[in-house]
Amino acid sequence: MDKPRVDKLTGRETMGHDFDGIEELNTPMPRWWLITFYLTIIWGVAYTIAYPAWPMISGATAGLLGYSTRAEVAEQIARHDAANADLTEALLAVDLAALEPQADVHRYAVARGGAVFRAQCSQCHGAGAAGGPGYPNLLDNDWLWGGDLTNVAFSVRHGIRNDTDTDARWSQMPAFGEILSPEEIESLADFIPTLPVIGGERGGGATLFAENCASCHGANGTGDREQGAPNLADAIWLYGGDRDSLIETITYSRFGVMPAWGQRLSEEDVRAVSTYVHSLGGGE
Amino acid sequence: MTDSSPSLYAAREPVFPRRVKGRFRNLKWVIMALTLGVYYLTPWIRWDRGPNLPDQAVLVDLANRRFYFFWIEIWPHEFYFVAGLLIMAGLGLFLFTSALGRVWCGYTCPQTVWTDLFILVERWIEGDRNARVKLHRSPWSLRKARLRVTKWVVWALIGLATGGAWVFYFADAPTLAAQFATLSAPPVAWITVAVLTATTFVLGGFMREQVCIYMCPWPRIQGAMMDNDTLTVAYRDWRGEPRGKLHKEGVGDCVDCMACVNVCPMGIDIRDGQQMECITCALCIDACDDVMAKLGRPRGLIDYLALSDEARERAGEPPKRPWQHIFRPRTILYTALWSAIGLAMLYTLFIRPEIEMTVAPVRNPTYVVMSDGAVQNAFELRLRNKNGEPRMFGVHVSGDLALRLRIEGTPYSAIEVPADDTLKLRVYVTAPGGSAVARTATTDIRFWVEDNQSGERAYKNSIFNGRTDG
Repeated sequence: MDKPRVDKLTGRETMGHDFDGIEELNTPMPRWWLITFYLTIIWGVAYTIAYPAWPMISGATAGLLGYSTRAEVAEQIARHDAANADLTEALLAVDLAALEPQADVHRYAVARGGAVFRAQCSQCHGAGAAGGPGYPNLLDNDWLWGGDLTNVAFSVRHGIRNDTDTDARWSQMPAFGEILSPEEIESLADFIPTLPVIGGERGGGATLFAENCASCHGANGTGDREQGAPNLADAIWLYGGDRDSLIETITYSRFGVMPAWGQRLSEEDVRAVSTYVHSLGGGE
Repeated sequence: MTDSSPSLYAAREPVFPRRVKGRFRNLKWVIMALTLGVYYLTPWIRWDRGPNLPDQAVLVDLANRRFYFFWIEIWPHEFYFVAGLLIMAGLGLFLFTSALGRVWCGYTCPQTVWTDLFILVERWIEGDRNARVKLHRSPWSLRKARLRVTKWVVWALIGLATGGAWVFYFADAPTLAAQFATLSAPPVAWITVAVLTATTFVLGGFMREQVCIYMCPWPRIQGAMMDNDTLTVAYRDWRGEPRGKLHKEGVGDCVDCMACVNVCPMGIDIRDGQQMECITCALCIDACDDVMAKLGRPRGLIDYLALSDEARERAGEPPKRPWQHIFRPRTILYTALWSAIGLAMLYTLFIRPEIEMTVAPVRNPTYVVMSDGAVQNAFELRLRNKNGEPRMFGVHVSGDLALRLRIEGTPYSAIEVPADDTLKLRVYVTAPGGSAVARTATTDIRFWVEDNQSGERAYKNSIFNGRTDG
């Protein structure tokens, strides 16, 4: 076998190529570099055998080590649950009316409830809990069924006007389109935004209100939480306070439904999400 | 093609640096003692910060996301200090490289310092260069095995001490040391020690100059920072060449004794000129000076020289003084930049307040109408208490007299922030229905936080959103 050519000037081997008389000197790579390169290939192949890697028709190879990201997530959740076990227990044990002074439990409930809210409640009430037409704004201090923590938790647990929980909050306004004439409904719609009326002139709308509405909404229209009758004298309208919306509400009535979350969430999550809602700025 | 292909890969040629004495060697001993001393002892320095904070002077507390350096405490949002230190380190390298070449590589790089230490151990156990070459070439015997195993064990122990000291920077050193002693240290500590022990053992014992030549990017970058005035280790070939035996006619000062080659930890010949492999450790200067002294010739055949010196010396002009090489626009610019960043960081470090606040307006929705027609805005405040004790922080809002502020969960306008911690608060700012501010689209407001104990205040500006629809 011939020996590699040697460049006369430098005494070094050449690569054997000749470009118009110019030759490239051989500058060998270190052997350990080559060995390391092969080791990385072996490592790469071994890695795909040890860990889930190769895509199959449905799923992928499981890997010899049995590692799975889902199992790791489950483990992390279990670890956090274990770390929060004392707080969860305290949240379950506490009387909700006395929760606020227990700062650490309260803080935990708000944080946990925020997560529950974003997953379960934001679809209707909005990510910022500002609600929308027909979906109550949870940030204000107008509460149909009471805004203290115990009442909020009751509403969450049993829901509103659903037929799955016998304790669900229940109220229903008649559709006055079947009772009153359109002209009467219009004069009601003109009267209601002037509530509450203190003295002064009382027209046809006032008489209609006193006869048809005051039994539930109160003589001054301030509502009745016992019956779930909305306050008509405040600045907040669930279905809109303009004339057209009021006529529609009076004519056809409204029937908003909320599921009984006690049937879907754990008790600690019900308590947590109630605490979160209570902490949003309107809690009583 | 008749010629066979040359081998594209080459085995490492072992290097057996000979022992050398001299001023640069002494300087390197001092620097080795200093750098290793700082590295090993720093985690054990205590620093009292009060009852709630760690008392370790230098501590990277990853779990609580704090960096403690004596009286300085860095929070994650102050990472710009770390960025600034890295920029200073970079500019410092530029400065030293433009002035003195690869002085970092030759004296203070951990790879150099630990390799130097490993070579010292090697010499104690296996003898100096000639004995080691002989041992290397001899077949395996009981003696060779004994010397090799002894050497490897000492290297491994040094590696263990290196990796072991590293983890002390990330946890309370005495506690972790006790945990190591009782085998109850956390797994991540063991793994870190194991990895660093292995890398120290391999890089210091076997890879050595290969790390500098093939793994480190710095030798390839440094060329851009050097110029004709950079002082590096060089050979005065105009004085030494042609090299030849002593007393031979017509030869230069170099007697071709190979002392400079034999002491070189990189295994190169400095007489070939500046080359990428040279880390400018200056041991060849010591070796050559020693020989020149014995021959009664002036020192400095190999010396710290700048490229521009050659022309001057060949022309017989007096050599430039070292400071004349070092002080030039380039190094002055690097020094100025380095100092400017350092001073700016010192300034920001000393004006840091003990309390801080961030204000994030809740924009979903921008405002809420309350049942009485009042307009309410929600804000998320983060109050930061850098004191080592809990403090009562009062929170207020200014911007319009009609605005009222309420902290969620408390009827009070002050709240206790735990020691050395951040407290996240939800606060509400309310404008009465019908007030001008409630009906104005946006009003500039300012949040104030006041440490009720020290009276120190901080503020953040924000915006109050009113309703414009009714």
